[in-house]
Amino acid sequence: MAAKKDLPEPEAGVDVTDVVCPMTFVKAKVALDGLEPGQVLSIRLSDGEPIRNVPRSLKDDGHRVLGLTDNGDGTYDLLVRKGED
Amino acid sequence: MVTDYKALKNGGFMRQVQKDLFSLRLKVVGGNLTTDQVRVIAQVADRYGSGHVHLTSRQGLEIPFIALKDVETVKGELAAGGVDAGVCGPRVRTVTACQGSGVCPSGCVDTLALAQGISDRYFGRVLPHKFKFGVTGCQNNCLKAEENDMGIKGGYLIEWLSEPCLFCGICAKACREGAIRVGEDDLALDRSKCNHCGRCVKSCPADAWKAQSGYLLSFGGTFGNRIAKGEEIFGIVTDLETIYRASDAALDFFERHGQPGERFRATIERAGWDGLKKALIDRGLGDQAPNGQATGAQALGE
Repeated sequence: MAAKKDLPEPEAGVDVTDVVCPMTFVKAKVALDGLEPGQVLSIRLSDGEPIRNVPRSLKDDGHRVLGLTDNGDGTYDLLVRKGED
Repeated sequence: MVTDYKALKNGGFMRQVQKDLFSLRLKVVGGNLTTDQVRVIAQVADRYGSGHVHLTSRQGLEIPFIALKDVETVKGELAAGGVDAGVCGPRVRTVTACQGSGVCPSGCVDTLALAQGISDRYFGRVLPHKFKFGVTGCQNNCLKAEENDMGIKGGYLIEWLSEPCLFCGICAKACREGAIRVGEDDLALDRSKCNHCGRCVKSCPADAWKAQSGYLLSFGGTFGNRIAKGEEIFGIVTDLETIYRASDAALDFFERHGQPGERFRATIERAGWDGLKKALIDRGLGDQAPNGQATGAQALGE
């Protein structure tokens, strides 16, 4: 079992709270394109549709979701390790 | 010339407004045709029709403007190209399906295989009135399962695994029913709220939700002159054999109790929902308890 505090420091961050689905996923994908496999990206997401769909889409694309932090203001930070291309 | 319109209709020829012209309904299962079939259909529509086809409301395809004198030739050319005529009238109609788990990321079951199985088993079977099957892969219900005389909706039976869980809370966010609560190092699932949508399984980054595919069955849906939603009588079932036992029971019930020209829904209401329920129980429905979840008869909507 992994505890929440074990989360690694991200190499980069992207805020997708300014766009709506499906652009949330597209923006996250573009940010991941700039990283090497194995590097970690922090994605700031809004509640609702983005938090329901983006983690799942990233998983389906072969990336590894490491954890989610509730910022308490209706946004969340999702940590994702980039998968192999 | 004496025209047997009933025989024509049985063979999928729908009489048009225009005298001696017919719209030929083709057999389609789950909305899929091969490109070879599409080419043959295009040739026939060019040669004998008006150069267009019509997509029906239930994933069917019709070639309109076929002349009465060409009916047999058209059927022959289509059959040679691997395209069968559809059916109309009081029988089991086109079996519809969404793309299901083979294509759609949301799909929980292989809808197309099931639609093909149902079609092979029942397509064209004569009954008191039309009978429609529809198969949808998940709770998104793109195929509108409950519109059908018998609807089948894919879902997941879920089980939480504590070992791989990250307690990230993504599943709780993905769940639209509020069935999951995640704490710092614990998780609570309220099974009474779970609708088997599988969003927890699909969203989990750590594979901490184990899923078994299942099927929710609804009976008595109709969406024409009268509109009524199909009712789920039992809980989720997990094997194809149980589905076929249920569909056998439903069709036999309709055959036995239905009056000519009466839709399945009307038969159920006249003969009684309890009668259908009993017919299903007699075939072993309601016996299963997968994952320890009760699948006993649920209260029927009035």
